[in-house]
Amino acid sequence: MKIEVNGEAREVTATRLNAVLVELGWGEAKVATALNGNFVPAGARGATTLSDGDQLEVLSAMQGG
Amino acid sequence: MRDFYGISLPLPLMLGTARYPSPAVMEAAFRQSAAPVATVSLRREQGAGQAFWDMVRGLGVHLLPNTAGCHSAREAITTAQMAREYFGTNWIKLEVIGHADTLQPDPFGLVEAAEALCADGFEVFPYTTEDQVLAGRLVDAGCRVLMPWGAPIGSGLGLNNLHGLRSLRAAFPEVAMVIDAGLGLPSHAAQALEMGFDAVLLNTAVAEARNPAAMAEAFALACRAGALAAASGPMGQRDMAMPSTPVIGKAWL
Repeated sequence: MKIEVNGEAREVTATRLNAVLVELGWGEAKVATALNGNFVPAGARGATTLSDGDQLEVLSAMQGG
Repeated sequence: MRDFYGISLPLPLMLGTARYPSPAVMEAAFRQSAAPVATVSLRREQGAGQAFWDMVRGLGVHLLPNTAGCHSAREAITTAQMAREYFGTNWIKLEVIGHADTLQPDPFGLVEAAEALCADGFEVFPYTTEDQVLAGRLVDAGCRVLMPWGAPIGSGLGLNNLHGLRSLRAAFPEVAMVIDAGLGLPSHAAQALEMGFDAVLLNTAVAEARNPAAMAEAFALACRAGALAAASGPMGQRDMAMPSTPVIGKAWL
């Protein structure tokens, strides 16, 4: 399935968000996620299913003012 | 004594974590100033996020995540929700930017986001202007802290509208206020605290100084001086001179 991850087109085979994160190499990483503009809490990733064309944002800490 | 959602700060200085020449210099700025609050952000994970997270956690300060760069209430709300989970704090520096050149807040989006976030249990620090009507709406939304700008973000111009800021301070005596944005010099910070503001938040003035750690310390000293002056009851101003040495007893020569 084709999805957009942080603005880039990616091909993934997993469908659940927690499995997609593992597939993309963020299995162990501390990240926050949003799907199609909506926050997905870490506890809800296992129950969140992605569909073709979804937009996934995977964020982490960054310098800020 | 006004606090920040129940938190009293040992030093009224909030320091940003961006634009330093290196992470080590940023750490030195926090060490040398003893600033008790660090602002942080969330961005797309590109590999550096984990190390930065470990570093800011190691500072041992309160973290104030921001919604920098958000131009709509919806974006800001989603970012705030992600930040709360990531950083484990209800504090959120709410920025809803309305204009790309001035980085002036969008007052309409700001109120909309503040209402939603306060209702959702966030402790909101809204980046706002000196506008009293807007301030009232933010307080009505549930904000117990306001962060009026001194001048546009990154400009270093200091307190642009002294009358407006003084009026705002007087209009909401119960609300903690942080001067956020536009400060360039320690004297600007001292002036803000002398006027009765409860803290200052700055980033560029320290990060882009030739010696950021020393400049951070200079701001810390100015903050202490300003807060002490405000607590000490500054004298009133008058238009005419008044001799400080008693006139009575002066010799006839």
